[in-house]
Amino acid sequence: MASLLLSALLLVALLHAQSPPPGAPLTLVSRDGRRPIPTTVVNGQELIALDDVAALFQVAVREDTLVGGMTVIYRGRTIVVSADRPMASVNGRVITLPAPPVRSGRRWLVPLEFLPRALAPLLDTRIDLRRPSRLVIVGDVVVPRVTARIDAAGPPTRVTIEIAPATPARVTREGNRVVTRIDADALDIGLPGDGAGLVDAFRPGDQPTTLFVVLDERAGATRFAPTDVGGVTRIAIEVAAAGPDAAAPPAAAAPPPPEPAVPLLLNTSPSVLQTIVIDPGHGGGDVGVHGSGGVEEKQITLQVARRLRTLIEMRLGVRVILTRDDDRSVSLDDRAAAANNSKADLFLSLHLNASPVAAISGAEVFHLRLDREGEDARRAAQTEAVSLPVLGGATRTIDVIQWDLAQARHVDRSATLATVLEEALRGANVAMAARPRQEAPLRVLTSVNMPAALIEMGYLTNTGQERRVRSDEFQNAVAQGIYDGVLRFRAYLEEQRP
Amino acid sequence: MNPRGYIAVGVGVLLIGLLAWGVMRSLERLAGVESVPERVVLEPSTPPPGVPRITATLFYGSADGDALVAVRREVALADGTVPQAREILQAQLQGAPAPYASVIPEGTALRAFYTTERGDAFVDLSPEVSARHPGGSSTELLTVFAIVNAVTANLPTIQRVQILIEGREVDTLAGHVDLRRPLERDFSVVREER
Repeated sequence: MASLLLSALLLVALLHAQSPPPGAPLTLVSRDGRRPIPTTVVNGQELIALDDVAALFQVAVREDTLVGGMTVIYRGRTIVVSADRPMASVNGRVITLPAPPVRSGRRWLVPLEFLPRALAPLLDTRIDLRRPSRLVIVGDVVVPRVTARIDAAGPPTRVTIEIAPATPARVTREGNRVVTRIDADALDIGLPGDGAGLVDAFRPGDQPTTLFVVLDERAGATRFAPTDVGGVTRIAIEVAAAGPDAAAPPAAAAPPPPEPAVPLLLNTSPSVLQTIVIDPGHGGGDVGVHGSGGVEEKQITLQVARRLRTLIEMRLGVRVILTRDDDRSVSLDDRAAAANNSKADLFLSLHLNASPVAAISGAEVFHLRLDREGEDARRAAQTEAVSLPVLGGATRTIDVIQWDLAQARHVDRSATLATVLEEALRGANVAMAARPRQEAPLRVLTSVNMPAALIEMGYLTNTGQERRVRSDEFQNAVAQGIYDGVLRFRAYLEEQRP
Repeated sequence: MNPRGYIAVGVGVLLIGLLAWGVMRSLERLAGVESVPERVVLEPSTPPPGVPRITATLFYGSADGDALVAVRREVALADGTVPQAREILQAQLQGAPAPYASVIPEGTALRAFYTTERGDAFVDLSPEVSARHPGGSSTELLTVFAIVNAVTANLPTIQRVQILIEGREVDTLAGHVDLRRPLERDFSVVREER
């Protein structure tokens, strides 16, 4: 009688505690498909009924009155949970749970963590609980994380979709939507709340493995460029504004591309430019220059780097690697290592300047100046090669150069790069400083084993320029200028090619 | 030796030192090493009257912030390269006289100065030179070469200068100019005052 009363009280308490109700139900994703998992929230803890676990995973669940708990059995192996204890014993090994199991009438409820921590070792399979996307992934299924962001509101509006780990995807334009179909069992989707510019919204598609980018009615032609970089598939989408004859179907209403002369993809093979590393200066605790209006150098360098990446990936089909794609501290050596290890063909470091004189403004392009030691290293690099014996009795010739002077052999081409970048930035209406091109012993450039330049995009100590660097207009102009410079430098490299 | 003998030797050493200093400065001019445009400025920070002094070339940010400007200033005469370098650097680390811009962060102090037989000098500065630096490649270049040029332009026996902070080698002051090796003078960042 007493136990019946206790159960009734517990049930009342449980029903009372159920507000707020859980959000969307959990979805179980396995080789067999997708199934919803009902959950209950008690005291802020999301719980799943052991009966449902039994039905979903085909395990036996039995009440064990002796220990005052429940036993879950699968092929002779057991999990034992007991009331009021935030733990479980899996084949004799104790695992912890964030809360004790709850008994509700004849049902036993356990925290969601029971699935990866207790059930996964029992079944000897992978169970991945992804709370933000409300997914429980069971076994060897492909459920990549898919995120989207707007890099520039434009127009043209530039959008990046990232799929991690890298997964094949097809992108098509269907009416007022750009549809991305991803070759996976399910998607773990994280989308921005709102669109911007010519993009109205991002939505999960009609199929579990599709994603919609819903376009504004003013949207014209779209271009897409998927690339795989560092284990992530990145799809750059550019949406142009519709032309004056917007009444025509969107495909026909495509305005001429901003640069008709530029080929969408390189046909030359192999290209002189296959990988470009963009280095957004500073990051994390190192904010770089701090403007009096609150703008931090590290924010702007990353924003421009992302715009430039989209532009280069879209129009050149070249692999672009950022030395950092978020707000974190990266050492100067790690930045150079990222470029050298990916055998990049070009290294572009982005920065913002400072001066004790508030009036000074404008952009400057730097390339490396060698000291005597560097000149020696350059001469040595031109003449010295080491022959190493390899298996089979042959020899292989390798170039040897000091790591911290790797730039020495590229100084001439880097000087050309700086010249074309300066001209191109000027051509893109980026205001240049009084000394627009300089040669200097800059630390980040010394160790990169490829043509390299550092671009100081403007002065954060100039209040007018500090306001402007945040604008789309400024950031697009700089990205366009650098992109034009890269094109000219590619032409120069092709001329040089024997 | 009697006390008069010591005085005579001391005066002799001082005279030889002064003579050597003068000869070195003259040779330097004759050799055309100093092709930097200079202006003579007399400032309150010059040594007190009665103290022997020399004219040294110091480097400040130009009024428009674009470059360094070489400025002739009087500093106390010291006996030998190292003490003279200290006098010059202490004057260089002080704020810039009007109308020039200060490119060395306020509060930067000289901790030590020493040289090697190879003609390299080490300028050991207090941490303010890095901690209070506003950043940016251009200003960092001006900071570094104001110091390097002040030493190499005035002391011809010193070819290269390495900046240390609190006695330790550093990568950069604010993330840009490579300080891992001694630097040679750079007059490309110095220009004639408009």
